[in-house]
Amino acid sequence: MNNFYYGFGKIILSMVLAMCLKIAPLPPALAAFNPDWVLLTLIYWSLAVPERVGIFHAWTFGLLTDVLTGRLFGQNALAYSLVIYICLKLHKRLRQFPLLQQELFIFFCLLLSQLLLFLIKNLQHPAQLHGTFWLPVFTGTICWPLVYTVMRFVRLSRRIKE
Amino acid sequence: MFHLCREHNTRNPAIKLLFATGPSINTRLLVAVIASIALLVVEHRSQQLDFLRATLSFFIDPIKYLVDLPTVLVGQASDSISSYSTLKKDNERLREDQLIHQTQLLKFEALEKENIRLRALLENSFKLGEQVLIAELLSVNMAPYEHIVVVNKGTRFGVHPRQPVLDANGVVGQVFRALPLSSEIMLITDLNHAIPVQVNRNGLLTIAVGSGQINRLILPFLPSNADIRPGDLLITSGLGGTFPQGYPVAVVDEFTSQLNKPFANITATPKAKLDRNRELMIVWSNSTPVPLISKPSETEPADKAPPHE
Repeated sequence: MNNFYYGFGKIILSMVLAMCLKIAPLPPALAAFNPDWVLLTLIYWSLAVPERVGIFHAWTFGLLTDVLTGRLFGQNALAYSLVIYICLKLHKRLRQFPLLQQELFIFFCLLLSQLLLFLIKNLQHPAQLHGTFWLPVFTGTICWPLVYTVMRFVRLSRRIKE
Repeated sequence: MFHLCREHNTRNPAIKLLFATGPSINTRLLVAVIASIALLVVEHRSQQLDFLRATLSFFIDPIKYLVDLPTVLVGQASDSISSYSTLKKDNERLREDQLIHQTQLLKFEALEKENIRLRALLENSFKLGEQVLIAELLSVNMAPYEHIVVVNKGTRFGVHPRQPVLDANGVVGQVFRALPLSSEIMLITDLNHAIPVQVNRNGLLTIAVGSGQINRLILPFLPSNADIRPGDLLITSGLGGTFPQGYPVAVVDEFTSQLNKPFANITATPKAKLDRNRELMIVWSNSTPVPLISKPSETEPADKAPPHE
């Protein structure tokens, strides 16, 4: 059981870093492209160590992201917990997928999350959004191999075991 | 290479039991979804969750300051290596500026007194001056499709929602949400923001709505024959109660009347440098009317007897 908490710091640290990246002060032209780093990192951890990072972690980090980005409470929490649920359900199959197939899966995960955010925003007040709202889905998909490689390196550098 | 962690699955299979210990994954999802929806509904309808947000923001706000840190460090570094001659030049220029402003203030003071006297003649009340707090922008990017910025002063300094925010040139926006260590400010150009304004030249009242572009406001509610032309200064009208009256907001830059449509197409450029300033002023306007009769005699014994006596 002692083993259970070992390596938890690494997960928290990576999540904090992802949160920093999410609100990074990019120039306005690039800001629309900034992918949802928090969700990507959560997906990685849920695929790599599904015993450690579950739906409640996703929900908690979603709630913290809501506070961080000034959204209405619960919208990121809802989106993240749904996406992580799918990841947990499919993680055994996903690990066997080649990268391209994984990317397709990530694309649909990000799309689902963005769609939920869009719906909630629409309920709040009829949204007047540019097409740029959907850009993070595409850049997130493109960034997945990067996240995967870096996080794998981080995870294995001092093994986070189950 | 992309097989994530097959190796330690085989090494320590006992850990799989952890899944069986808690509630099933479907139950967990159900709980999470219900909790999220409950939070969404409660926060959308009421203010009851403000304390929760304030508490969580104690943990989250350090991240904002962390992201802001590089910008601060670069600013400090460039400050510390700016040469003596630049500083001297700056100092001279600022002193000149201050002299000019001081002179203008002298005149302003005279005008203010005159205004007070005139209002006294009408037996009217006047507003006390405003108090300001200088807040510094944190360079973070909350949501790219919204014009909301974060500043480093929060409820610990008495900031509260719906307070007007200015810079040296004009109105910037209003406090959208005040957290303990920081607060979120909605700029006047945000799509969901509207500000009551009046044309300085003739007092024509209207509303300026944000366009979603950083350098543009839209005036959608003026008829095609309205007396407004490019170059007109728009100032806050004080209606609505959020913004104090008389601060410059924007300059009209285009007026086109649309054929067969009741409203004209008018755009304006904000006076405030919305995308460049790092220092903003949060304003407390004292909106309780103060009876005037005693005021001039108290503050200015040197002044002549108030006109009504």
